[in-house]
Amino acid sequence: MTTLLAAFDLLLSLTLLGLAVAALTSAEPRRGVILFIAFGLLLALVWARLRAPDLALAEAAIGAGLSGALMLAAARRARRRRSPETAPRPSEEQP
Amino acid sequence: MTRFVSWVLLPLGLVAIAGVLVWAFYLATTGETGARLADLALARVPETGVSNPVTSVLLNYRAYDTLLELAVLLAALLGIWSLGPAAPGFQRAAEVLQGMVAWFVPLLILAAGHMLWVGAYAPGGAFQAGALLGAAGVMLALAGHPSAGLPSEPVLRLLAILGVLVFCLVGLALMVLGLGFLTYPPGMAKWLILLIETGATLAIGVTLAAAYRGGRPARASEGAAP
Repeated sequence: MTTLLAAFDLLLSLTLLGLAVAALTSAEPRRGVILFIAFGLLLALVWARLRAPDLALAEAAIGAGLSGALMLAAARRARRRRSPETAPRPSEEQP
Repeated sequence: MTRFVSWVLLPLGLVAIAGVLVWAFYLATTGETGARLADLALARVPETGVSNPVTSVLLNYRAYDTLLELAVLLAALLGIWSLGPAAPGFQRAAEVLQGMVAWFVPLLILAAGHMLWVGAYAPGGAFQAGALLGAAGVMLALAGHPSAGLPSEPVLRLLAILGVLVFCLVGLALMVLGLGFLTYPPGMAKWLILLIETGATLAIGVTLAAAYRGGRPARASEGAAP
């Protein structure tokens, strides 16, 4: 049982590290935010494994849920703001 | 130059931080074995008015920290409001999502109340309960309710500062009574903590939902205009 738990912890930590690197290095903001949400949910599991249920609750609700929703909205707005510069507006294409 | 920073300096800095963390962990686990602060704090939890050690730390031992956290949230919301008017919300959702939201929002509000009450003796508390309220607001915003369940502008402003306001009023009232700022008298600690947590829950929920909606709240006179 303990070896199984240790293997689970190891897998959890490695996945967490991998997700962190993937979230930080992703070129597209939206993709990075989604990876960050997955990271937050796994981090909540880590807090639960460390016997800190209060932190697990807060991390799942605030860290993954609400921060994720806020950052998704921010990514959407950033893309909308950036797109007029990179691509010509549809109204300008069709006079 | 950028390559030097990102391939040499950055990894070296990360390794240095990891070294400091490992060193701190080593010291914390093998350091002196005398009476630690945790034992002292845990022994006096029954006097704090709540039996959940986490809540006793957040709202009694280190109430200042929680007050400042609420102030940070308020400052973040003011920053978001100062960025200009809100973006247009989502279009109204189809019936299935509307029906689901109509079921979920009351459940989330009930769960928030439960979380607030249960925080006295089990995992839970103001921040988790406030996050549930905020999630209800986010859900309403996603389903296309333009107000995201938030009240009109004057009430919204009052609710946003409610946490800091109740916290400061309780602290000042205790000072008037001759105790220290946020030094609860033993018999009243439970009810004062509950009062502060209720205000904080409402404030956190409103702050998070308003942050998701983004933009300055429309004044009552402007709100009528399309």
